[in-house]
Amino acid sequence: MKNKESNKYLDMELLRFTTAGSVDDGKSTLIGRLLYDSKSIFEDQYEAIKRVSEKAGDEQVNLALLTDGLRAEREQGITIDVAYRYFATPRRKFIIADTPGHIQYTRNMVTGASTANLAIILVDARNGVVEQTCRHSFIASLLNIPHLVICVNKMDLVNYDENVFEDIKKSFKNFAAKLEIQDINFIPISAKFGDNVVEKSKNMDWYQGSTLLYLLETIHIGSDFNLIDCRFPVQNVIRPQSDKYHDYRGFAGRIAGGIFKPGDKVMALPSGFSSKIKSIDTFDGPVKEAFPPMSVTITLEDQIDISRGDMLVRENNVPTVSHDIDLMICWMNEKKLNLNGKYAIKHTTKEARCIIKDIKYKVDINTLHRIVDYKEIGLNDIARIIIRTTQPLFFDKYKINRTTGSVILIDEATNETLGAGMIIR
Amino acid sequence: MIKYNLSHLEELESESIFVIREVCSQFQNPALLFSGGKDSIVMFHLARKAFFPAPPPFPLLHIDTGHNFIETLEYRDRIVQNTGVRLVIGSVQESIDKGRVTEEKGYNASRNMLQTVTLLDTIEKYKFDAAMGGARRDEEKARAKERFFSHRDEFGQWDPKNQRPELWNLFNGRKNIGEHFRVFPLSNWTEMDIWQYILIEDIEMPCLYFSHMRDCFTRDGVIYAKSEYIPMKTNEIIENMRVRFRTIGDMTCTGAVLSDANSVEDIILEVSATRVTERGTRADDKRSDTAMEDRKKEGYF
Repeated sequence: MKNKESNKYLDMELLRFTTAGSVDDGKSTLIGRLLYDSKSIFEDQYEAIKRVSEKAGDEQVNLALLTDGLRAEREQGITIDVAYRYFATPRRKFIIADTPGHIQYTRNMVTGASTANLAIILVDARNGVVEQTCRHSFIASLLNIPHLVICVNKMDLVNYDENVFEDIKKSFKNFAAKLEIQDINFIPISAKFGDNVVEKSKNMDWYQGSTLLYLLETIHIGSDFNLIDCRFPVQNVIRPQSDKYHDYRGFAGRIAGGIFKPGDKVMALPSGFSSKIKSIDTFDGPVKEAFPPMSVTITLEDQIDISRGDMLVRENNVPTVSHDIDLMICWMNEKKLNLNGKYAIKHTTKEARCIIKDIKYKVDINTLHRIVDYKEIGLNDIARIIIRTTQPLFFDKYKINRTTGSVILIDEATNETLGAGMIIR
Repeated sequence: MIKYNLSHLEELESESIFVIREVCSQFQNPALLFSGGKDSIVMFHLARKAFFPAPPPFPLLHIDTGHNFIETLEYRDRIVQNTGVRLVIGSVQESIDKGRVTEEKGYNASRNMLQTVTLLDTIEKYKFDAAMGGARRDEEKARAKERFFSHRDEFGQWDPKNQRPELWNLFNGRKNIGEHFRVFPLSNWTEMDIWQYILIEDIEMPCLYFSHMRDCFTRDGVIYAKSEYIPMKTNEIIENMRVRFRTIGDMTCTGAVLSDANSVEDIILEVSATRVTERGTRADDKRSDTAMEDRKKEGYF
């Protein structure tokens, strides 16, 4: 970008987070509070929901209305789909994937979680850790969201009692020991009154930690991408064929892992041919290095045959190259998963076909138990399956790299996206 | 130690470039919807970045209501001349002449609704299978639930309750013959991001965005530019005002704001202090609470 050194707007980072909670946990109120207290709600939006709230006879302005956009949602008072919300502070810009708390929950939370750096899980202080909490945490861990924030909400209804908070913290930690979550934070809040959301609570002197907004603004997200294993899935081949760039042949794509530099020796998959990086080009000139999630164009010293769906990697650090893949799948369609069924599969920039070879077990997402005797996989189910693809995929474990470790399955007849897969091996 | 993370604008830029490149790989014949407004200008700028040093491999598609600001057309033609990009025009006037649509009557008549038919006809005529639009999710509540890759059936309709789930960066652009996609590379940008980006990228903007003196009149709280396309009521008076436009659509539905903002820096300050959404100046959204959703279902931008 131009003016790079001189501009303050380039100091801001982007944090994507998702919010989870069941219907009455106060999730919409919390989002409304974050937007309202950080002055991200505009007057005309506020006036509009105030009018609707008054019409419905609500005492307080129903901040939840900010997130329900579609006609059917307003008519039925439910949220149907993932809604994306935006707000910014001088430190960071935030993208909230707001997911509904009822039916279709799993499908929507998985969608929202797939791009999130952080998940907020709301726990009602009166009810403590419940089945829903476990389900949400499991999905956060399954989708490998790097940071988890447990907001113990409605502290006003338990007299802002420290013991209530500590008990919930303890029981959550006991449960979370079963999950792989890198970073867990706990904050006692009252979304309704704003305690510890944007402003520090005057009712909870015993809490020394930061407010939710401060945590969102400062949590370290610099190492959320894999900077070790070099992965560059090729999106397009750029051949200007103009007089000035007569022999130019560049490979466009977004870095999925590792740090690439000119002069690096790289290998192309699936061909196995090696070359050296000649340049890493952008519209604003060549760069000295490229890292995730930069979009760049790489040129090589040698003319080797590379096309969309191929991947540039380092010779001494290659992903798994295989037809047979073991993965967790979240099913997102009413049409059930079909053992031995054939589907289209998308992985990085590659598209292939696959067959479902085995359904190993289904996960009871409330208890985390494996169900092995009942293997019908329908909407919102999560299961471990084995697939075989028509062409080998070049992949990593999802836990190591979210980009090279994820796939979607597509119905070949209707073209609908049916399932989201996280590769185990 | 070098910091290996991008700023929010760099990350948004990279995401949009990725999406635009996906469009070119997944579709045979895409087009970029260009209105001469700031979002489509930024989108075209990103498209040039995405394929550099080659030119973007798709044309600009302008749906011309015939009620344009002259400044918009001048800007559009200058872009075409400077970059050599191909321009395809869909004309609402032509749709009217052919009897495909009927012009609205009355004081608030607008060709905004008619554009949908022209857009769908043009997509069919040129066999475009993907049309990239500059819509952002922060603009309007129905847009908050829009996908990057948004499927349209053979009638060009959007079915909000039956959208494909969109995970990670895996965009599913598969479709049957006759169907097409709308793709929104700027989905995650806000109005503020757009202006900050215009500033640091030093992108030339149409002069309508900056403060200028103009003959205007006020109707239902909206300031309209005086124009031959809007019949005035007898009690409405022309005043010479210092205004600028926050959004640019056709003259019959684009409201101005009183403003002294003369530079992109001024506009950023104005946007950060303002307490009304940009679509608050759009007459087309004021028709009902779900006006945008209703138009989108039929195939609007």
